Amino acid sequence: MSNFWSAWIIILTSVFLVIQAWILFSNRKTPRINQDPDDPTTGHEFDGISELENPMPRWWFGLFVGTFVFGIGYLIVYPGMGSYQGLFGWTQVNQWEAAQEQADEKYGAVLAQYMEYSVEELVNNEAAQQTGSRLFANNCEVCHGPGGGGNYGFPNLSDDDWIWGGEPDQIVFTLNNGRVAAMPAWSAALGESGINDVTEHLLTFTGRSTDAEAAARGESQFGMFCAACHGADAKGNHLLGAPNLTDEIWLYGGSADSIKHTLRNGRAGVMPKFGDTLSEEQIHLLAGYVYGLSRQ
Amino acid sequence: MNHSIVEKNIGLMVVLVVGMISFGGLVQIVPLFFQEETTQPIDGLEPWTALQLEGRDIYIREGCNTCHSQMIRPLRGETERYGHYSVAGESVYEYPFLWGSKRTGPDLARVGGKYSDEWHRAHMYNPRDVVPQSNMPAFPWLFENELTGEHTARKLEVLQGFGVPYTDEQIANARSEVEGKKEIDALVAYLQGLGLVLSERR
Repeated sequence: MSNFWSAWIIILTSVFLVIQAWILFSNRKTPRINQDPDDPTTGHEFDGISELENPMPRWWFGLFVGTFVFGIGYLIVYPGMGSYQGLFGWTQVNQWEAAQEQADEKYGAVLAQYMEYSVEELVNNEAAQQTGSRLFANNCEVCHGPGGGGNYGFPNLSDDDWIWGGEPDQIVFTLNNGRVAAMPAWSAALGESGINDVTEHLLTFTGRSTDAEAAARGESQFGMFCAACHGADAKGNHLLGAPNLTDEIWLYGGSADSIKHTLRNGRAGVMPKFGDTLSEEQIHLLAGYVYGLSRQ
Repeated sequence: MNHSIVEKNIGLMVVLVVGMISFGGLVQIVPLFFQEETTQPIDGLEPWTALQLEGRDIYIREGCNTCHSQMIRPLRGETERYGHYSVAGESVYEYPFLWGSKRTGPDLARVGGKYSDEWHRAHMYNPRDVVPQSNMPAFPWLFENELTGEHTARKLEVLQGFGVPYTDEQIANARSEVEGKKEIDALVAYLQGLGLVLSERR
């Protein structure tokens, strides 16, 4: 803050306090012990009863004086007078930092002890699971649903089917860095008939195909366009986030229409990264919780 | 000064009352107009793109700011949940700012990047689809309404007049950037841009 603005604040604040004090004391009247009929009145008179010019009650006057004393004390202890930092250098930020430190002291050791356990071991640690479930509720449930049950477009974490891998290291990596899936749109390359054929092929894995001829055509197209990511056996690839297409678990719906829609328009599922917002210990605990979800 | 003079001259009383009250504004508000902390953008702050700006106007139109604040206070409980506390330099391109003080829903000052675009779309179409216990209204019309971009360039010009550093090129391209886009695209673009400059927790 420049000297000008500092002086501006100090002078205006002081002038204000002086004016207030002057108004209060200049209007103060001396109390009368012995009431005299000739004492000046306020001029208010009703039925021969007149109001004397008495001072306001002592306790009330005292309250006014109290606000001054408080105000001046406040301006000494806290920063208020321009650049003056206050007696203890209080700021919002250092108050926050102190609270943060206090919390680190209180919870830091508690969280750190879990780092001694592996993600697998955390599954059997009840306290770790409880903390993990809170972290999960705060950060993950809006997409993955309560208990990690998943939603349309947001993977179920409580089954044993993984898109990006369910090993502890893979889960920790996903939590820290997020994931971006890239299923391209195939309507240009395949055409509507090609999309139909590939869909028929995919339905054969669950015995739902009704058109063996189309499924056969689809199989060769699958080999050309889809196998690079989903694998020749369509069992998926964790490295690329390509889901297994042979089971009955579908992220975007497994009906023929849903599959066609995905093939036509592509999909781009995004898992946000949490490495910036959660600490290493919190990620470790979360990984333990998520790892445990599929093993219950 | 005798109080009866003041009490019997309403004009004089008005002048004196206004005089006394204005001390507060002169001391607490006026100096802020001249502080670097409140008038200068923080490093890396960019003005909203044309699409994001339209999204911001939809945010205001739908009244999002009546239930969602955009102000993370420097309190541990808040920074733990929402990220780095808000600083004044983040809001210098905001006319008007949308800090708010009422939280029916969570604070959105740093919601950018927290969820995926798809999540925002699903959530805006019907919040209950992704958050069963949510009491947020659904906004399905955002998926039908198209932006015309008719006033977008003018909006950028007005903000440029307030000192937001839009280039003439940005203003010239403003309309084509938003024309034909759905309102939901603009809103999601805006939400995903909120609070990205200070990305670390501390």
